[in-house]
Amino acid sequence: MTTNGWLQIAFFSLCFLLVAKPLGIYLVRVFDGSVRWLAPVERLLYRAAGVDPAEDQHWKRYAAGMLLFSAASMLLTYVALRLQHVLPLNPQEFAAVPDRQAFETAASFTTNTNWQSYGGESTMSYLSQMMQLAFHNFISAAVGIALAVALVRGIARRGNEARGRLGNFWADLVRGTLYVLLPISFIAALLMVQQGVIQNFDPYLQVTTLEGGTQTLAMGPVASQEAIKQLGTNGGGFFNANAAHPFENPTPWSNFLSMFLIFAIPSALTWMLGRMVGNQRHGWAVWTAMFVLFAAGVTTAYWAEARGNPIHVARGIDVVTTDANPGGNMEGKEVRYGIANSALYAVVTTDASCGAVNSMHDSFTALGGMVPLINMQLGEVIFGGVGAGLYGMLVMVVLTVFIAGLMVGRTPEYLGKKIQAREVQMTMLYVLAAAASILVFTAISSVHPLGLAGRNNAGPHGLSEILYAFSSTTGNNGSAFAGLTGSTYWYNTQLGLATLIGRFMLIVPMLALAGFLAEKNPGTENAGSFPVSGPLFITLLVGVVIIVGALTFFPALSLGPIVEHLQMGAGRLF
Amino acid sequence: MLRKQLRPAIVMTLLLCVITGLAYPGLVTGIAQVLFPRQANGSLVEVGGRVVGSEIIGQPFTQAWYFHPRPSAAGAGYDATASAGTNKGPTDTKLADTLIAGRVDSLVAAGVVTKGQVPADMVTASASGLDPHISPANARLQVTRVAQARNADPAAVQQLVDARTEGRQFGFFGEPRVNVLMLNIALDSLFPRPAGAGATPPATQP
Repeated sequence: MTTNGWLQIAFFSLCFLLVAKPLGIYLVRVFDGSVRWLAPVERLLYRAAGVDPAEDQHWKRYAAGMLLFSAASMLLTYVALRLQHVLPLNPQEFAAVPDRQAFETAASFTTNTNWQSYGGESTMSYLSQMMQLAFHNFISAAVGIALAVALVRGIARRGNEARGRLGNFWADLVRGTLYVLLPISFIAALLMVQQGVIQNFDPYLQVTTLEGGTQTLAMGPVASQEAIKQLGTNGGGFFNANAAHPFENPTPWSNFLSMFLIFAIPSALTWMLGRMVGNQRHGWAVWTAMFVLFAAGVTTAYWAEARGNPIHVARGIDVVTTDANPGGNMEGKEVRYGIANSALYAVVTTDASCGAVNSMHDSFTALGGMVPLINMQLGEVIFGGVGAGLYGMLVMVVLTVFIAGLMVGRTPEYLGKKIQAREVQMTMLYVLAAAASILVFTAISSVHPLGLAGRNNAGPHGLSEILYAFSSTTGNNGSAFAGLTGSTYWYNTQLGLATLIGRFMLIVPMLALAGFLAEKNPGTENAGSFPVSGPLFITLLVGVVIIVGALTFFPALSLGPIVEHLQMGAGRLF
Repeated sequence: MLRKQLRPAIVMTLLLCVITGLAYPGLVTGIAQVLFPRQANGSLVEVGGRVVGSEIIGQPFTQAWYFHPRPSAAGAGYDATASAGTNKGPTDTKLADTLIAGRVDSLVAAGVVTKGQVPADMVTASASGLDPHISPANARLQVTRVAQARNADPAAVQQLVDARTEGRQFGFFGEPRVNVLMLNIALDSLFPRPAGAGATPPATQP
């Protein structure tokens, strides 16, 4: 670990702290309808779709619109991938994507997961990349933000006025896309091109190398997709190596920009929460809880990767980091990022449910690789996916005030609203659906020959690969211990299903919770009310997130990365 | 409840698909091609009027008179249509005993470095398999071989390496590094290749 490494991490933290308020103010204005600089386009969309943006929708109607829209866009993508070979903008003449893989890809991109069982540069036409994958990068992110806004409205509104209504799904979707995602992506894409990210429609270029061999350079409209892939916490790479590929992420500055884009909206959403519920200190308390978990993760991962692998040290590698030698565990990492930026990126991309990678998590040390795994298993609530992180964390907040209420023996309240049986039922449904999906699917694959066949590593690391795959897809993250061969009927179908469960089986109870809260009137807060800001609340919230995660996943983790760490220390190979 | 929202679901899907999937990338491409044409088209590098690769994509070098890049797991090595890492874990036998130990042993046998002091990037595969850079320590260890193969003064070659070493971006971001392709091009222009090494690569351009 170097001073410069820590300074880069500290500077990054400062940047996403400073963006929270200005971007948060903008988000509040976008979603209350007062940002209107693209009003003609907005009106055109509403008129063509036949929706009234002023209609205040009951939570069930909001959920129905969201589900229908997701289904329609998923179907479009499935069909377009199956017909890729007859559609234009396919200079490499790639064949149709196989049915199982088209299903999984459509599900994965619709759910903001972007798990990829294919190599982009050898599978997808430019049209598929732009009009299907990048399109989903926009709308799945816009849907996520809309859902978070809806939940916050449910918390903020008075029940006698709202009566279970959460706003208008179509207006939230359109406003998030037009006013937030498109303009920021546009600027970020150009900044990336300036650094060397490619943006063209040329066929792949064959060159004769300096030594006289041949090399084929993959091309494509990469920067436009890269920008929204990061900003929308999607993570699906244009190329197989994702953001480790120099055409996606050529310089340390483009790398910094990518990480900043990943955390910008999730950080700002906590400020929006504070403003909309009229308690800015609550918004900052949620931010702080997220930051504490982020800092713990990055410290652990950076330490583990900089320390390196004792087995490889014994083979002769010098792991001491200096300005001349990257040191640490460099297997699966790029020289331009080194240890600090690889560890930081791995934590950022799995805290937020992004899933882009600039290093191969599969080759991390046992504990270094366990950090991304835990981040996903904690429910993607450490800043989290755009929108998904906030609503996930708010479910944890409800759980926290419930537990705190039980401890002192009075009816739990959240910002003055009573948390009763129905709310807790929805909260538990949310928590259990995710845990069940990860553990049940992993258990099946770790005993079935077809599941075991996909492993790239033997011993405990093989279990980690399977556990990582289902944690990633259920958590809608999309990063991988990429050695696992996911391009089979077994994994395509099960991982595809896990993404759908991890998105929609969580969203529906969450929207129900929002609706129930929108039916309640806040009581007057008094000295006996549990404060939802300050060190006590932050500590309890962090504790609840960790305890729920630890109780659920500790047994599985101890059979994977924990035992592997012990074996690694003993020099045991598999 | 569902039927009344079917039309918005379909229309929004199609319109947003056109806006975000066609208009947006089209606009970015147009502007990028005007403002940053070199980068947008792959930062291609020409030597003597012929494109020899991309500045930011690593390519294989095996001859003694060139600096060598990191080991690569992209296809058969530096295959830019199959970017990938090894994805071998920390307790993998092949990674420890065959890949890393094999590379260390051949470096030690060639007298390049003593065991225990091998720069970490020199014997490990990168994440993309296309890493265009090596560390300054890695480059330093190759100076003697390259200078010998070109009958050049090692100090002069080292001087070139130092000049070609990039510091942290803006003095702060990332890590110091050396671009192998650009270093080798500079090498060719300053120190002639040994006789019989083929001064120009075969001109068979498909």
